[in-house]
Amino acid sequence: MNFTDEQVTRYSRHILLPEVGGKGQKKIAQSKILIVGAGGLGSPAAFYLAAAGAGTIGLIDSDLVDLSNLQRQVIHQTPDVGRPKVLSAKEKIEAINPDVKVLTYEDRLVAKNALELIRAYDVVIDGVDNFPAKFLINDACFFAEKPLVHGGILRFDGRVTTIIPKKSACYRCVFKTPPPPGLVASCQEAGVIGVLAGIIGTLQATEALKLVLGIGRPLTDRMLDFDARRTTFREIKTKRNPNCPLCGSHPTITELFDHEPEVCDLKQVEA
Amino acid sequence: MQVKINGKSEEVQGATVLDLLKAKNIDPHMVAVELNHTILERDHLGTAHVKDGDHLEFLFYMGGGR
Repeated sequence: MNFTDEQVTRYSRHILLPEVGGKGQKKIAQSKILIVGAGGLGSPAAFYLAAAGAGTIGLIDSDLVDLSNLQRQVIHQTPDVGRPKVLSAKEKIEAINPDVKVLTYEDRLVAKNALELIRAYDVVIDGVDNFPAKFLINDACFFAEKPLVHGGILRFDGRVTTIIPKKSACYRCVFKTPPPPGLVASCQEAGVIGVLAGIIGTLQATEALKLVLGIGRPLTDRMLDFDARRTTFREIKTKRNPNCPLCGSHPTITELFDHEPEVCDLKQVEA
Repeated sequence: MQVKINGKSEEVQGATVLDLLKAKNIDPHMVAVELNHTILERDHLGTAHVKDGDHLEFLFYMGGGR
């Protein structure tokens, strides 16, 4: 593929970088990135990947835009309330960059559809808000052997890590199973400072671009935790766990399955 | 004894990792624990002994995204 003059201008600040150049920009233009969840983390990730000229962005989300989303899900705007999130996000992406092909799936990612969907992409970004889905994405990326950029936000804290299946620690190497229902806040009742979505989601987009370009050092075998109260980042080293039920020496998870959906009940949770 | 918990030096009492979690009122089901950079099995928290100079990470679940 060759870039038009207009594209050379559009991507000039990338092309100027020795680590990217025309060659790297072509890699970006040929990349297929799946964003699971067109919400808080998915919004900034989609914005920057679109601006960067990602070839294909896949968006999967079954929700409609709610007024309470707009505090952090910046790809959706006031007139979008009530519309499917994937549709609202697709329009914004296309407005930023018509070069990007946007594929939308107005659906939930479940064991039944996850593998086929993920196999069609090069990199997966986790932008979901619940543990059953986070574990499913981790497992599906393992079985499909696709790199995953995991993200999580809660209250004033955020976390990012990159997982390259069979090469680096997976989510289950650290957290074997989802927490018991109701014990850990993950749902809408917990609250989150909106900007965290921007910070963590853009870090996820950075990781995805690095994976596509094959440059730098991915955020593998490390969890990067951000504390917005103190504005500090902390890196926690992780490593593959031989006892991991998914990628360990004697795996007990041999096929994809759905965890029980979360019950949004935080009565037992201390903040 | 002096240990590092989540990067901070702390003076703690207790023989096992589970003792430290209890002293901090942390339900073991809410965290993954690394002792000197190795993940501990949840069943082993009560038998994993802590000694002076150990590095502990209490990794809380962080589930949000939307």
